Amino acid sequence: MAEQDIDAIIRVRDVTVQFGTTRVLDGLDLDVKRGEILGFVGPSGAGKSVLTRTIIGLVPKVSGRIEVFGVDLDAASSSQRRAVERRWGILFQQGALFSSLTVRQNIQFPAREYLRVSQRLLDEIMVAKLVMVGLKPEVADRYPSELSGGMIKRVALARALALDPELVFLDEPTSGLDPIGAGDFDELVRTLQRTLGLTVFMVTHDLDSLYTACDRIAVLGNGKIIAAGSIADMKASQHPWLQQYFNGKRARAVVA
Amino acid sequence: MSGDPTLERIAQGEGLALCAAGNWTARFAPALERIVSDAEKLRGSRPHIFIDVSQVASLDTFGAWLIERLRRSLSDASAEAEIAGLSANYSSLVDEVRRVGPAPRVVSEGLSITGMLEQIGRTVAGVSGTIIGLVDMLGAVLAAAGKVLIHPRSFRLTSTVHHLEQVCWRAVPIVVLITFLIGCIISQQGIFHFRRFGADIFVVDMLGVLVLREIGVLLVAIMVAGRSGSAYTAELGSMKMREEIDALRTMGFDPIEVLILPRMLALVLALPILAFLGAMAALYGGGLVAWLYGGVDPEAFLLRLRDAISIDHFIVGMVKAPVMAAVIGIVACVEGLAVQGSAESLGQHTTASVVKGIFFVIVMDGVFAIFFASIGM
Repeated sequence: MAEQDIDAIIRVRDVTVQFGTTRVLDGLDLDVKRGEILGFVGPSGAGKSVLTRTIIGLVPKVSGRIEVFGVDLDAASSSQRRAVERRWGILFQQGALFSSLTVRQNIQFPAREYLRVSQRLLDEIMVAKLVMVGLKPEVADRYPSELSGGMIKRVALARALALDPELVFLDEPTSGLDPIGAGDFDELVRTLQRTLGLTVFMVTHDLDSLYTACDRIAVLGNGKIIAAGSIADMKASQHPWLQQYFNGKRARAVVA
Repeated sequence: MSGDPTLERIAQGEGLALCAAGNWTARFAPALERIVSDAEKLRGSRPHIFIDVSQVASLDTFGAWLIERLRRSLSDASAEAEIAGLSANYSSLVDEVRRVGPAPRVVSEGLSITGMLEQIGRTVAGVSGTIIGLVDMLGAVLAAAGKVLIHPRSFRLTSTVHHLEQVCWRAVPIVVLITFLIGCIISQQGIFHFRRFGADIFVVDMLGVLVLREIGVLLVAIMVAGRSGSAYTAELGSMKMREEIDALRTMGFDPIEVLILPRMLALVLALPILAFLGAMAALYGGGLVAWLYGGVDPEAFLLRLRDAISIDHFIVGMVKAPVMAAVIGIVACVEGLAVQGSAESLGQHTTASVVKGIFFVIVMDGVFAIFFASIGM
């Protein structure tokens, strides 16, 4: 990629990921700028989650270079890496809440491990996070199995935000939510991004989210970024998949 | 460090200004908490206190909340403390934390005599529930078996064979190895102690009776409870956690028939086979040690064995095996279906499956011992 964006918080260069003989990502380049909400779309099975998991280091890559906060994660020492991990938060597709801990313990877990602060402050911050993600403090002592799908997503977001990260990865945050709940969630992400100055990397399939929440959209296809830009750029694109995605029947319904 | 958060106190006539500066963020949370706790003691010291945050370099939820907490504790009935110099960037964050109420108390049950007594009472009362659960499952399995007998086409042969491979074929090496070693040990101990009375040869009697009647089947049943009972519980439990069992039910399948019957059948077939192999391995091991360590040559060993045991001993052992298998299977399936949503619950029920399985196997063995003694076998 020609332009070297100094403000890029994530910089992915020429990344290739392979499972057996299937090449999932093939020389992929991507920049995520500070303070933006990047919507990441692509057909099912294109490797969106794989890229997310590669950036956060859960999937090994064959070649390429990934920098987060200007730190090359392959070259980083373990303490550098931990410092980076403290600055990001991840919302997994299924929430990945610890099933044997309560909501309270789930949200407090990162802070309890990383910060030496009193139980009182932990409790207060936990309530603050719950309020931020739009939940009542009363859910604090429930277990994940006693929560609805939407609540699980919200609690998982609260846990992802526990240490006030600068960067948040959201893997299909609105999937499985009703349209109103999904709309609220988009609104929430927007509000949090404004108040906390977050950078958000959001994998999504939800056209509404793309329209209302995202500043920029990147499209994955054939293991590469086939387009990146605003909604208008996407709609103007001649790529057949983009045409179908942004000008298809469902897209028209969203715009109308 | 220059980024360290500070809170300077500046007197302004009657009032007091608290000037916050530096990074009020999560990284500095421990220091921030100390600063704020100190400043909270200023409550009521001056008629007018305000917090100036114009010098704050960066602010996040931790910092914003601590400033808000300070504001709240400095406010009293007469005067409201104020936050001044808030930049536009941070005002929405401070507004956000202003909505935060007190944290709900943790409902913790302290250690008390009544609490402990209650726990004991509940556990004892739970025993009857366990027994009912087991009988319930036994009935359900028999009903499903009956249905399959009437409609043999609904029998799941593939599944049964698959489980038979898991619980029988794959268990053979470890079962044979362990029973072989136990046979060796029994034989060695027997010879060691019997030798003092010059009764070496009686070790063959002991080995034969013990292995065929008791040790063979009991030991194998315990191993199967640990190996396959736990696997059944974990499989069914994780299926229950992910609503797979509910999905099956809504498609019109009976989970007992689809999941549990093949597993039970596999176990009931596997245990006699494993018990037989185990008994043979133990006899072989015992014979080997008797020969190498005790000097009883194989021919004498076999001759003595033929005199010492009768077919009754063998039958007694083998009759017990399928019953024990059924007990292990039923306990494992009941526990599997009792798993709740959490990983911890899965662990607890898997443990309970093995513990209860082994307990019931030993109880059954005792019941059989009394029964066979009274009919003179």
